[in-house]
Amino acid sequence: MNIGVIALQGAFVEHQKALARLGVSSVLVKRRQHLAGLDGLIIPGGESTSIGRLMREYDLLEPIRDLAQHGMPMLGTCAGMIILAKRISGGEEPHVAVMDVEVARNSFGRQRESFEADLDIPVLGSRPFPAVFIRAPHIVSVGPNVEVLATYQDRIVAVQEGHLLALSFHPELTDDDRIHAYFLDLVG
Amino acid sequence: MAKTGTEMVKRGMAQMQKGGVIMDVVTPEQAKIAEAAGACAVMALERVPSDIRAAGGVARMADPSLIEEIMKAVSIPVMAKCRIGHIVEARILEAIGVDYIDESEVLTPADDKFHINKKEFTVPFVCGARDLGEALRRIGEGAAMIRTKGEAGTGNIIEAVRHMRTMQAQIRKVQNMSEDELMTEAKNLGAPYELLLEVHRTGRLPVVNFAAGGIATPADAALMMLLGADGVFVGSGIFKSENPEKYARAIVQATTHYQDYELLAELSKNLGTPMKGIDLNTLREEERLAVRGW
Repeated sequence: MNIGVIALQGAFVEHQKALARLGVSSVLVKRRQHLAGLDGLIIPGGESTSIGRLMREYDLLEPIRDLAQHGMPMLGTCAGMIILAKRISGGEEPHVAVMDVEVARNSFGRQRESFEADLDIPVLGSRPFPAVFIRAPHIVSVGPNVEVLATYQDRIVAVQEGHLLALSFHPELTDDDRIHAYFLDLVG
Repeated sequence: MAKTGTEMVKRGMAQMQKGGVIMDVVTPEQAKIAEAAGACAVMALERVPSDIRAAGGVARMADPSLIEEIMKAVSIPVMAKCRIGHIVEARILEAIGVDYIDESEVLTPADDKFHINKKEFTVPFVCGARDLGEALRRIGEGAAMIRTKGEAGTGNIIEAVRHMRTMQAQIRKVQNMSEDELMTEAKNLGAPYELLLEVHRTGRLPVVNFAAGGIATPADAALMMLLGADGVFVGSGIFKSENPEKYARAIVQATTHYQDYELLAELSKNLGTPMKGIDLNTLREEERLAVRGW
């Protein structure tokens, strides 16, 4: 199994470490040619404007969109969720734009409002998931084919649309690897 | 129950900045240029370090109204500086909601013995360090991010290189020591023992470590990444260059693609004049900012 992690800016090494704990090796994706031969792709947390800008600069948006539309499983966390969303509140131009959701950036406030909370995510079992929200976005609305996996205080914070997963929070910062394991199950 | 201001969310915020460029800005317009170029955060200031040097006198926290204007202008995180040991400047910055406080030697220190107890704050702090001992003292006080100091406002990379190389060499040394030797090493470095033990076990600082102080070109930024920096701060280097937009974009891309030398060659072409640098040998001892910090 060959998983790519977008490595333009942000916490990509933490995703690699989570995958390594599950016995899966991964490659860093900075240019188009690094997308060849991948079975799945992770778009990490970071600053979505930085990552989006660098994706445009290096012509990564279209090839990633194409791979997503042809069924490649993808996981986007925080900034990665914004990158995958078809709509961004406030009229900001969307990026890869493959998930039928609208996201609002920094919707819990600034850094002093960043928080940790235990989250119920039924697809992962009954044990709560330790979720870290950092200047986090949330999902304002979802299309008909999008399944809501978790909410926090009535806000949608985790969704799945077939082979695509997106989260407001950062599973790569904790040592609970259930979300990465769930993603690897989608990869097969 | 949601918990704010935890070590996890403070340090995690810095992890999200990795591989990125944090740019000094003095106006909302500069902040927008930085954001459009792909900066992962901006540092809101009244003057960039080279102008602080030129102006002389006491350098203090920026006017909060300027910082708020910059916060309104961009969606990326906004950092701001307080003086070393100035607890109230830090509390004011926290009250207006800046995302990260830099307790910075670039401003005139307010306390010649003690730094701020940063654990008491909800907002995370970044602090400067020249070596491992200084970094671990700051982390012991609660810093959630370290930047090697370099020599701010000089456009000269030599001190940034020296501090990053010192840090990396000391980490390697501690990692390879026997555990029996660590207490004496903690004494020699002036570092908290528990944190030194963590460095020994993990082979890295417990928090993200950016480079700062003298980065003026895309090649400078790439050099610091190659030497092990998690990202870079660029102070005077962008808005004191001939073409800030071009420099900003090129430095962002060079930081991401720091090992792609053909690309770095392209990024370095036709940028115009970089900021004018200062030969460190012409700097008097009291003009050096990096020595501030205890």
